[in-house]
Amino acid sequence: MSLNILTLLNALPGAFAQGLIWGIMAIGVYITYRILDVADLTVDGSLCTGGAVCIMMMLSGHDVWISMLVATVAGMLTGLATGLFHTFLGIPAILAGILTQLSLWSVNLKIMGKANQAINVDKYDLIVSLRFIKNVPVTKNTLLVVAIFIVVIIGILYWCFGTELGSALRAPGCNGNMARAQGINTDFNKVLGLMISNGLVALSGALLAQYQGFADINMGRGAIVIGLAAVIIGEALFKKIFHNFGLKLLSIAIGSILYYLVYQTVIWLGVDTDLLKLLSALVVAVFLGFPHLKSKYFTKPVKRGGDINA
Amino acid sequence: MLEIKNIYKTFNPGTQNEKHALNGVSLTLNDGDFVTVIGGNGAGKSTTLNAIAGVWPVDSGSILIDGIDITKLSEHKRAKYLGRVFQDPMTGTAATMSIVENMAIAARRGKARGLGWGVTREEKEQYMDMLKKIDLGLEDRLTSKVGLLSGGQRQALTLLMATIQKPKLLLLDEHTAALDPKTAKKVLALTEEVISEHNLTAIMITHNMKDAIQYGNRLVMMHEGRIIYDVAGEEKKNLKVSDLLVKFEQASGGEFANDRMMLS
Repeated sequence: MSLNILTLLNALPGAFAQGLIWGIMAIGVYITYRILDVADLTVDGSLCTGGAVCIMMMLSGHDVWISMLVATVAGMLTGLATGLFHTFLGIPAILAGILTQLSLWSVNLKIMGKANQAINVDKYDLIVSLRFIKNVPVTKNTLLVVAIFIVVIIGILYWCFGTELGSALRAPGCNGNMARAQGINTDFNKVLGLMISNGLVALSGALLAQYQGFADINMGRGAIVIGLAAVIIGEALFKKIFHNFGLKLLSIAIGSILYYLVYQTVIWLGVDTDLLKLLSALVVAVFLGFPHLKSKYFTKPVKRGGDINA
Repeated sequence: MLEIKNIYKTFNPGTQNEKHALNGVSLTLNDGDFVTVIGGNGAGKSTTLNAIAGVWPVDSGSILIDGIDITKLSEHKRAKYLGRVFQDPMTGTAATMSIVENMAIAARRGKARGLGWGVTREEKEQYMDMLKKIDLGLEDRLTSKVGLLSGGQRQALTLLMATIQKPKLLLLDEHTAALDPKTAKKVLALTEEVISEHNLTAIMITHNMKDAIQYGNRLVMMHEGRIIYDVAGEEKKNLKVSDLLVKFEQASGGEFANDRMMLS
């Protein structure tokens, strides 16, 4: 089989768009995984919830912006559910997320009425679509639209996490004892963080459903792995350069884009697409395990010597 | 000011690991009291402090601060009245946040946290002055992550954070035990300075009997979840380590010889 570079070049803008859309989702994962220090598996369900709510609202005649807003709120409610499982019922966070994710399977089916709901790009006023990548006015181009979304979201989050409330959101994930000793309600903040995160994930799902032209019960399967991959790639590449919180979020979005560009290239290389999820999981496993392996086998003996200020 | 009335706490009740940690502890502190607490391992010193801080609910008894009953308040709610410094230097600060962010969080203890900026410019200058005063070179590292600081620096910072908002009661849980002797001395000196400067009421647990005698105006000895000795004023000032050892021996029937108190 010969590899036609033009096929790849043609596919890359689409991959870029998908990467951008998933970038919003990855920023949501960053909030839970890095800031709250919780691996939140709700996202596999809430991504679909966002897509389902948005498509169903639009099919019943609502404005696309209203539909996306409601989808985001629905996502926040899924985060609330996980948060309450975790804080109020004391269920470990990872299990709380799995419980919500499982229940969302039913909820999403009920929202859509069946496993898949398509939306016609010609009949509805979608703001993103795989048809809006080439041969459209620049202002309608999906790449630009989602890029603006990301910039606005990063701007809002930058402000959010810089406030008094935002500082209080960051502290518990780092040190719960310190947070409580300083009068921070760690339970409330965890719930709030989970809500913000899943709101973003659902918004990403709403955009993704529009982009691909349908919402599907399976669209969030393995989402957490893609989100983590984006976080890991973004951090690996930009950790040393980006110290500002806003830039860190940007690096996560870039990580997501790179993930999809690589993904597309792997497909182009002719790798069996059935194996792609396995490959993604293994790549993420290697990267997640890297710090552990490094500290176990590659640590240089620490030089003993006093810190002058010790 | 602080009134602890007959508090009890049993850990793991009904199991093989059942531990009667507090057996009717009562203690009343006056405004400006600086109490040092000594006792062997498992005497209930840290447990008493954690009961005051509300890490878990007590089984019975009550705790009042300035007449306000805080027995049933959650840990973060009663934080409004308390400043705390922990034994482990890692516990009191958020390692991945900067010095100035940590201080700003502490400055809002007991206040509503809204959508105003988390750190204002005026605050930064104020914190820089505070850090200059403790003279550990931290004033030039406002935006450094706290995780990069040494144990002593972190304890000094935690102490500042505990007192940035004047607490009604300062709880020091062996806050120098994890430090080397020289650093411990420095942090202790700073502690005394801070307490006298703000005229704070404080409880300090220590394993060092000399420190227990030297610092504060009152000394309490605990054993098996009870207060067995409470001395203040002139009598406390004239105490000697040997007096405390005798007290210990009386209380514990000679078992103190194994205790790490002997080492200090």
